[in-house]
Amino acid sequence: MSEGTLYDKVWDRHRVTTLPNGQDQLFIGLHLIHEVTSPQAFGMLRERGLELARPDLTHATVDHIVPTDDRDRPFENDAAEEMYAELERNLEGTNIDFDDPSSGNQGIVHVIGPEQGITQPGKTIVCGDSHTSTHGAFGALAFGIGTSQIRDVFATQTVAMEKKKVRKIEVTGELGEDVTAKDVILTIIRRLGTDGGVGYVYEYAGEAIESLGMEGRMSICNMSIEGGARAGYVNPDETTYAWLRETDEFADDPERFEELKPYWESVRSDPDAEYDDVVTIDGSAIEPVVTWGTTPGQGIGISEEIPEPESLPEDKRETARRAQKHMGVEPGETMAGYDIDVAFLGSCTNARLSDLRAGAEIVKSRQVDDSVRAMVVPGSQRVKTAAEREGLDEVFTEAGFEWRNPGCSMCLGMNDDQLVGDEACASSSNRNFVGRQGSKEGRTVLMSPRMVAAAAITGEVTDVRDLPKAEVKA
Amino acid sequence: MSDETEIPSVTRVAGSGVPIRGNDIDTDQIIPARFLKVITFDGLGEFAFFDQRFDDEDNPKDHPFNEERFQDANVLVVNANFGCGSSREHAPQALKRWGIDAIVGESFAEIFAGNCLALGIPTVTADTEAIETLQDWIDENPGSEIGIDVAAETVVYDDETIDAEVDEAQRKALVDGIWDTTALMKSNATAIEATAESLPYIDDPSLRAGEADD
Repeated sequence: MSEGTLYDKVWDRHRVTTLPNGQDQLFIGLHLIHEVTSPQAFGMLRERGLELARPDLTHATVDHIVPTDDRDRPFENDAAEEMYAELERNLEGTNIDFDDPSSGNQGIVHVIGPEQGITQPGKTIVCGDSHTSTHGAFGALAFGIGTSQIRDVFATQTVAMEKKKVRKIEVTGELGEDVTAKDVILTIIRRLGTDGGVGYVYEYAGEAIESLGMEGRMSICNMSIEGGARAGYVNPDETTYAWLRETDEFADDPERFEELKPYWESVRSDPDAEYDDVVTIDGSAIEPVVTWGTTPGQGIGISEEIPEPESLPEDKRETARRAQKHMGVEPGETMAGYDIDVAFLGSCTNARLSDLRAGAEIVKSRQVDDSVRAMVVPGSQRVKTAAEREGLDEVFTEAGFEWRNPGCSMCLGMNDDQLVGDEACASSSNRNFVGRQGSKEGRTVLMSPRMVAAAAITGEVTDVRDLPKAEVKA
Repeated sequence: MSDETEIPSVTRVAGSGVPIRGNDIDTDQIIPARFLKVITFDGLGEFAFFDQRFDDEDNPKDHPFNEERFQDANVLVVNANFGCGSSREHAPQALKRWGIDAIVGESFAEIFAGNCLALGIPTVTADTEAIETLQDWIDENPGSEIGIDVAAETVVYDDETIDAEVDEAQRKALVDGIWDTTALMKSNATAIEATAESLPYIDDPSLRAGEADD
């Protein structure tokens, strides 16, 4: 059993009681909601005549179904319009903060929480979305929940959960040139498996993690769930505090910041904390990673060969064979040179300002290959505005990218941004499952924003280190 | 207020099986995202495994959920890491509405298993060999009875008894009929408030009420 970790401390501070079934009842500090997983929960609440317990700790936005081009209401897509209108109806008269597109604060739920400063160390944060683990980057305990649990949080501001084990993942050394947080997390998932984290919460530590900015840490924590871990976190430090100081919550209220900081410091894992498991990964050995298959665990370095299914553990072989058939790749080849039709720079994994800057650095003064449809979908309206202030929109559009409005977009193809037929997509998103991007024959290759940008330019999966960079920042 | 909903205990599930083979079957396969554009879970059953069951022209493909002999099945038998991916409760909701009352498998993704529990669907685990043998047996004996004893953690079929496992909290919740947590947790209102008050970052809701209309 772990002891003295951030997970243990935050858990203990939020534990209301132990329920008769042995689960703990945990108080929730922030409940984020969106249009896809909340309507049924609001419905259940009404059915039982229950009230919202803490609307003041609930925060809403729209991201999954919103169009990223024409956003005039009513939306062209009837189902999308109905879901949006249902959320509006459910929020009416509740005092729940709602970041709709007219607010200028709308965006992917896992982008807006951190940028507004409501994501904080030592908070428990839930949302009906598995990528809620993202918020762990700030030292919050954050995890995705199902609709029945959303109902529980609505009615009681608590969830019933079992405590998990804690695995510390220490990434040592310095990351190489063009090696990003995305490459680190894809390496971790490859090494520990897509189910390696089941029953665990991941604590990310070590020099390579600590030297990342908050946005990189978010990319790592975001994909904890792809490794099977429902939550992942990084201990809060000066990087975390520097970010928080600039947010809405604290920019004008430095006293509040100083008031809370001792609590944030107190939840950091103790130097002598005990872990259920510790894994060490050499960060300096990681190269840009791309996936060759249809699970996020099927990743390889850009110069590595696609594995023979027979060389894999027995339980991974059949999945690998199916994946190679779907992707049309052969063992022994590398992924470099794999033709792509679409480049997608977006999603809650990689659509923050630093991700857009990284992509822009690659595409500046270049042209998207004729065979490629390329789009940038900023993570939030604020990210979009900040990027436009730096002129990144022009860099992208001049190169031939579409510059869209914020939303989940082609990460899961719930709006009109979808792959068609067997199109192959170089994607900065988080899941390469068959059908994920809207077409069941579609092929997704996961990679970092830099690698997406490089693939857009050449029309094929490309080692970004082979392309010279341009200076874009003013 | 009607939070005194009667919660049935789930100690046994009996019925016939349907095998879905393969590791890492994700929630996008169980219910593709385009079917999530709904505001109720009603009617999701027909979309379970849709892309595995139908081609682009909506013609049925080979899939156990399309087979006549499995139409009355209520016990789904799967392999490893079933339900990985998103937190969408639409996945177990679709399976439930198709007719599934219990799932037996090698292992389950956590959020998926939790979502199943919230619907009173047991997720029972057993080792690889036991699962594969059971899947083969179902294929050869469609419609034949399988009995899951949640309390005793066994799966019984033919004259075999699988020594299975049900996560302890899940077992207790199902057997004691306390898997619907809303009413249970709501009754701890005083303790909830005390926990909230002890947290430095939580404002007193009575103070917040005054500024709610800003």
